[in-house]
Amino acid sequence: MYPEKMNESIRRLEATRKERMKQEFPMRTAEQKKELLEGFHPDYIKASMRELVLGPNKGDRTPHELADVLEAWPVLEPGGLDLANPEYDVDVLVIGGGGAGVAAALVAQEAGADVLLVTKLRIGDANTMMAQGGIQAADKANDSPERHYLDVLGGGHFKNEPELARALVMDAPGIIDWLEELGVMFDKEPDGTMITIHGGGTSRKRMHAARDYTGAEIMRVLRDEFQNRDVPKTEFAAATELLTDAKGAVSGAVLVNLETGRKCAVRAKTVILATGGCGRLHMQGFPCTNHYGATADGLVLAYRVGARLAFIDTIQYHPTGVAYPEQILGQLITEKVRGVGAQLVNSEGNRFIYELESRDTTASAIIRECKGEGRGIDTPTGGVGVWLDSPLIEVLKGKGSVKATLPAMYHQFERYGIEMDKVPVLTYPTQHYQNGGVLVDDTGHTGVKNLFAAGEVVGGIHGRNRLMGNSLLDILVFGRRAGKAAAEAAKAMEKAPDMGLKHMDAFKAELNKAGIPEDRKSPMLLPDYRRPEMRRPYPFLANECVQPAVK
Amino acid sequence: MAEQEKDMLTIYVMGKAYDVPKGLTIMKAMEYAGYQFIRGCGCRGGFCGACGTVYRTEDSYKVKVGLACQTEIEDGMYLVQLPFYPATKKKYDIETLEPTTQTLVRHYPEIMRCISCNSCTKICPQDIMVMDYVNAAIRGDYERVADLSFDCIMCGLCASRCPAEIVQYNVALLARRITGAKLLKRSPHLQERLKELEAGKFDDGIKELMAASQEELSEMFYDKKVRDIEPA
Repeated sequence: MYPEKMNESIRRLEATRKERMKQEFPMRTAEQKKELLEGFHPDYIKASMRELVLGPNKGDRTPHELADVLEAWPVLEPGGLDLANPEYDVDVLVIGGGGAGVAAALVAQEAGADVLLVTKLRIGDANTMMAQGGIQAADKANDSPERHYLDVLGGGHFKNEPELARALVMDAPGIIDWLEELGVMFDKEPDGTMITIHGGGTSRKRMHAARDYTGAEIMRVLRDEFQNRDVPKTEFAAATELLTDAKGAVSGAVLVNLETGRKCAVRAKTVILATGGCGRLHMQGFPCTNHYGATADGLVLAYRVGARLAFIDTIQYHPTGVAYPEQILGQLITEKVRGVGAQLVNSEGNRFIYELESRDTTASAIIRECKGEGRGIDTPTGGVGVWLDSPLIEVLKGKGSVKATLPAMYHQFERYGIEMDKVPVLTYPTQHYQNGGVLVDDTGHTGVKNLFAAGEVVGGIHGRNRLMGNSLLDILVFGRRAGKAAAEAAKAMEKAPDMGLKHMDAFKAELNKAGIPEDRKSPMLLPDYRRPEMRRPYPFLANECVQPAVK
Repeated sequence: MAEQEKDMLTIYVMGKAYDVPKGLTIMKAMEYAGYQFIRGCGCRGGFCGACGTVYRTEDSYKVKVGLACQTEIEDGMYLVQLPFYPATKKKYDIETLEPTTQTLVRHYPEIMRCISCNSCTKICPQDIMVMDYVNAAIRGDYERVADLSFDCIMCGLCASRCPAEIVQYNVALLARRITGAKLLKRSPHLQERLKELEAGKFDDGIKELMAASQEELSEMFYDKKVRDIEPA
């Protein structure tokens, strides 16, 4: 149900549908892309970023919101923490319960390590669960890992770390095979041939999907397997600081029970950070598609022990977030909607970009259409967006195809009286993914002794822009690689290193020198969406952390 | 004078009244009221099943449900979140399981106690025909269970209402995993590709690409002869 003013605009869209179906829209050249990005991509707004004044990336530019949590005082008060008697003593500690963390834990345990997985929410409360569109793998005869590699590099502006991109594409078919063995139900023809489609920036149809629940299907199967194998875990336990020995090697972490506030120490020979991304920092006030816990904790923890971050000046804005209705503003409309044929249409009923350009290009084109050209559609609450002509899918693929291929999407809008097989949906870019993160090698090692990382917290694989379907892939490729390498490194160690917080003292000295205000604390752990006047420190922490300025 | 539309609505969180702005989801309304979630909030996008919410309104005797992150508030709504409900889950080795008609019943014999009351279907916030898939599970019809249950987000509301004490979503998960691992045909092209990878077919090609400069890569990327696009 749209207000009448928006219905008027829908009639213009319907009037051009037949013509648009026949229209070939050219892809942008390298120069045209550059112009679009520099003119309209949020990363290119100079005032949105600043140079870091301390730590391993001193001098590098990053959004203010991320700088604020990196350049902040530890929220941990060491008082009452008994490091001589840790509550857990394990080979491998995995921090994070999404796809990367669970994959890492499964493989580390298979490799013979004593594993503990900790997460601040529940296992599966992660962006993995929300990934809809698909997972890439070059497994068809007309495709090859080389082609996949070139697509990945093209998407990343050719800045990707080559060894990480190699691992990504070469492991991909094996990951699909592993998932099939575990019982993930991919969309297939009766003879077993995978039904694959294009994503933005792919040269071959290599997007494998499980309807539009691809991430949820993978996550619920991995979580079930994790439970079947009795991997030790503790939920609602947030890591607030890593522990280090006298030489700076990582030796465990401090956990806070979010329900009781009790602190405890975990001793571990190796630690895998799988804490995910930073959407809940709300860069430049954008709404986001991310889960509740995406607060950049892993970047903060890693930075304090000296890990280098890469590509922290590039954030991915998904071209198609929900722009109407207000209740679900900023939530994801999967790229698969465009993959199966829906077109982007402005207020005049015209297309303005080839729909499957890479995400940064498409997002910039939508912003230009709305903010630069004034050809957006206004919403009653002061928002703006362009149409995604979803009924076109029914024309192209047959009646009933929207419900069959996009059940989650259909359901999301139908709750608000919008039947997307009959009327288009309104869309505008939304903060989606952290392209950069902790720099690792192809085993997931961070360069800080005993510290590994996997999943969205990692940077370098995707360069300056990730393609659709490569994040479900990367969390599993690097989750498995980190799990194996961390288990092997732990087994080679005679005894666990000593635990201390010396790195924290050194970091505090730097904060002091830089004059960072003492009330700026991190990691954020959870965003506080109460009204400002209702906010008070978390019951489980002594101090209030940095909080997003907007919802 | 026509009655003015109210800007603020009253909701009752576990019986306690709060005035909140109209148009919010249950989740945002509770945050506005001053709640800070630790439980009962996961993805905020309708996929994780953390925020199943049960409510009643004054005009009806019926129990209603919705995901707090996806459901708009109504005036006079009495609500409680159900972020957790105890569940049984059998452990199994997926490799050795056989897709016989008995496998589901053997793991979860309580499905035979279903009295077809349909409470599960009525409470499902995803509109899944839960009772129908439980009946299919009793028959050992894996693909029907898999198909009907595919949109399940495992919020647990079905299990909370079941008089036969069935944990429906774990039965469905087992059926889907068996379907994926044992009943759907494996992809011939995938097995072929794995053999090629094993034989090192792509090693040299990738090495060359890794050694290429950014300019060379860019040239290849935009050259339609090198990187042609498969038609849609």
